[in-house]
Amino acid sequence: MSRVVVTGLGVLAPNGNGTDDYWSNTLAGKSGIAPISLYDASRYPCTLAGEVPGFDAEVRVPGKLRAQTDHMTHLALAATEAALADAQADPAAFGEYEMGVVTANSSGGTVFGQRELEKLWSKGPEHVGAYMAVAWFYAATTGQISIRHKMRGPCGVLVAEQAGGLDAIGHAVRQVRREGLRLIVTGGTDASLSPAGLTAQLTTGLLSHRSDPHRAYLPFDRAAAGYVPGQGGAVLLLEDYGSAVKRGAPRLYGEIAGYAAGFDPGSRHVLPRVIVKALTAAGAGPDDVDVVFADALGDFAADRQEARALRELFGPRGVPVTAPKTMTGRLYAGGGPLDVASALLAIRDQVIPPTVNVADPVPGDELDLVLGEPRPAPVRTALVVARGFGGFCTAIVVRALP
Amino acid sequence: MSGRRARIPVVTGMGVVAPGGLGIGPFWDLMSNGRTATRRVTLFDPEGFRCQVAAECDFDPVALGLTPQEVRRMDRVAQMAVVASREALADSGLVLDDVPPDRVAVAIGNAVGNTIMMEQEYAVVSDGGRKWLTDWEYAVPYSYNYMVPSSLAAEIAVGVGAEGPVSVVSTGCTSGLDAVGYAARLIEEGSADVVVCGAADAPISPITMACFDALRATTPNNSDPGHACRPFDRQRDGIVLGEGAAVFVMEEREHARRRMAAERAVLLGYAGRANAYHMTGLKEDGRELSVAIDTALADAGVDVSQVDYINAHGSGTRQNDRHETAAVKRSFRHRAREVPMSSVKSMIGHSLGAIGAIEVAASILAIEHDLVPPTANLEHADPECDLDYVPNTARETPVDVVLSVGSGFGGFQTAVVLGAGEAVPA
Repeated sequence: MSRVVVTGLGVLAPNGNGTDDYWSNTLAGKSGIAPISLYDASRYPCTLAGEVPGFDAEVRVPGKLRAQTDHMTHLALAATEAALADAQADPAAFGEYEMGVVTANSSGGTVFGQRELEKLWSKGPEHVGAYMAVAWFYAATTGQISIRHKMRGPCGVLVAEQAGGLDAIGHAVRQVRREGLRLIVTGGTDASLSPAGLTAQLTTGLLSHRSDPHRAYLPFDRAAAGYVPGQGGAVLLLEDYGSAVKRGAPRLYGEIAGYAAGFDPGSRHVLPRVIVKALTAAGAGPDDVDVVFADALGDFAADRQEARALRELFGPRGVPVTAPKTMTGRLYAGGGPLDVASALLAIRDQVIPPTVNVADPVPGDELDLVLGEPRPAPVRTALVVARGFGGFCTAIVVRALP
Repeated sequence: MSGRRARIPVVTGMGVVAPGGLGIGPFWDLMSNGRTATRRVTLFDPEGFRCQVAAECDFDPVALGLTPQEVRRMDRVAQMAVVASREALADSGLVLDDVPPDRVAVAIGNAVGNTIMMEQEYAVVSDGGRKWLTDWEYAVPYSYNYMVPSSLAAEIAVGVGAEGPVSVVSTGCTSGLDAVGYAARLIEEGSADVVVCGAADAPISPITMACFDALRATTPNNSDPGHACRPFDRQRDGIVLGEGAAVFVMEEREHARRRMAAERAVLLGYAGRANAYHMTGLKEDGRELSVAIDTALADAGVDVSQVDYINAHGSGTRQNDRHETAAVKRSFRHRAREVPMSSVKSMIGHSLGAIGAIEVAASILAIEHDLVPPTANLEHADPECDLDYVPNTARETPVDVVLSVGSGFGGFQTAVVLGAGEAVPA
C-alpha cells in the first residue's frame, strides 16, 4: 500500500492565526479561550469560547466569495491557501483529476444560516438570499475549495460531529490509495458560534458554564465541568509519498500511518478496539506510541472511559498523554485535524505540547498527563483520538518518515 | 465482471420510504405504472412562496412502528431513515446478533440535515425571528440532535447495534450515491462485512423551499402539481422538491453466501468527480460527469455496450438535463441513443441527499423485474435532449447492468454501476 504523507499544514486556531503562531503559543501554554466577542453572551450559561484572533476574512477571502460563504468556509479557504503555500504546491502543476478534497463538517454554516432564517421568519420567503443554499450546507467547504483550486478528482464530505475531522483524513488517505490521487486537501474548520448554534449545543449538557477561562475546560481533572466550544481547525495537504518526493516537496511532516473508526453506543470496549485497529493498520503496537493526543472531553464519565482505554492499552502512566485543546476549546470538525497537525509538529520539533489549567488529575486514571509545560521527548509515532456526540470514535496514527 | 476484486459488495436487503410509496412494493408499483406523487405542499402553508409544489410522503411514524419517544427525539428525516433501515434489515434476513458488532458499519447520505426540526427550534428560540440573541431556555432537550446531521447515522447505528465505522456522507445532491459508494469501499478494503447504507432527506420546510425559490431552481408553475416535474421535456422549468429514504444492507459476498442470503444486486463500480466550476452552475459539455461515468464503468470492468439502463439524475432544470445528456453522449458515443435512460424524479421529485439512494433502489428493482421505469410528464421533445428517455410508460426489457448518475451543488458528479445479483450456489 502506498505511503500517504502530509506535506502542508494550514492552521487557524483560537490561540494562533497561522501554523507558526499556533505552535509557538501552544508550546508557551497560551490559551485562546476568552469571553465570547461575536455577540453578547452575558445572558447565556456558556459565556466563553475560542475565537480565531485577528482573522480578517476581508483580507483572506476575495469579496464575492466571502459574501457567498459562511465563516466556516472563510477559515477553510484561508487554511487551504496556507497549506498549499507551506507545501509549495501549485495546483496548476498537477493534473486536474489527480487532486481531490475531503473535509468534515459538524453543523453547517451556523451564522449564515441564522441570518437567513431570521430574514425568512421576520420578513418572508422572498427575503432569503440566493447564497443560503450553498453557504449553509455541509458540503459548502469541499465544493468551494474544489472550485477555487480546480481540483476535479474525487471529493467527499463526512459528518460525525467531533470525530468527523479524523474520518475526513482517513477517507482522504483512502482516496489517494484507491483512486490514485497525487494530492488531496483534507481536514476541517468549523464556526458554530452563533446564538442559535450555541443554544442547541447547550442542550447536550456538555458545555462548561464556568466564566473563568482558566477553570472552564479541565479534562481529566477532578474539577472537570464540561468543555468550551471554539472555532477554527486545520487543513492538511496529503500527497502520495512517491509523488511528493519526485516533485521535491520541501517538507514531509510525516505519514498518516493508520486510521480506524467505530461507534460506541455506551459500552466500554469500542474505544480501545478502535485504537488497536488504528495501530494495527499502521503496523504498530502500543509500545511504538510516543504520545497520545487525547479526545479529553471534560465530562466526568467520558474522561474515565478514555482514561480506562488508554490505561488498558498502554499500562498505568505508560505513555505521555496531552490535550492542547485545553488552549483552544473544542473545534468540532476542526478539532481532530488540529490535533493531527499538532502531532506532526511534535514529531518535527521532538516536543510534546502541554495540557494547560489541569491541576488536579483524577488519580485513578493513572495517566501520564503532560501538564503545564511542554515536554521534550523523542516523538516518532503519535496517536490522535477523537469522539463525536452520540457515540462516534475515531483514531489516527501519524508517524515520522524513516 | 468484478472478479478482480477480492471482496465484492452485494446488496442483500433494502427498504424505501418514498412519496407515493412507503415500502418496496408500493414504491415499485408507483414506478412501474409511471404515477406521479407531486402535489401542492401540505407540510406547511406554501402561500407566498414562488414554488408551492413538492413530492411528499404520507408518512405516519406511529403507524410505522416508532415509539412516542423515538418520534419526539427524531426529526422526520431520521424517522424515515429508521423506518427504511428496519425494512432493509427484515428484507435481508440478517440476524445482527450473528455478526460481530465491530464488523457492522453505517454510511448514510444526507444533504440538509434535520431541516424541519432545526427550523422549528430556531423559530421558537428566536421567537419567530424576532431575536438574534435566542432564548436558550426554550430549547428542547433534543435540539442538538436536530442541529447535527450525524444524529441520523447514530440513530441507525444504535438501532442495528453497529460498532464499526459510522458516518454521514454529505455531498449535497450526490450524497445518496456517494454513501453507497463509500459503503462499497468499506467492504472492499475489509473495514466492515456489513454496511447499513443509503440516504435520507426531508427538506420540505419553509427555509429549504425559500432557498430554492431564491435560486430559481424549483418550478414556478403551481397550476398543475401532478405534472410539475418534467425532466427532458422542452417545457421543463425546474426541480420539484421531494423527501424520503432508501436504506440497503450491503454485505461482502462471501459473508452473504455463508448465510445463504439472496443477492438483490452487486455494486460493480463507483466514481466521483468535481466540475470545479460553480456551486450551482453546470457547463454544457458534461465533461466531468462523463469522466465519472467512464471511471465508474472501468471500476466495474463494464463496457458501455453492456449497460442496459441509465438511471438519470434528470432533475428537470434546463441546465441539468442538457448537461447530463451531453455527458452521456460523451461516454456512450454511438450507443448513447440505444440505451434507455429515465428520471424517476419526474414521479417522486428531488429529495436532495436521499434521491441517489432511492434511485439505486429503483435501479435494483429494474434489474429484478427487467422493467425500466419511465420518465413521466415527457410530452414535448427538446432538440437539446435527444436520447431515449422512456417517456411516460415503463418498458419491459432485459436489465442486468444499470448506471445511476447524480450531479449536485458543489459541482459533484457521481456514477454508480449496479449489476444483477448472483444466485445462491447450491
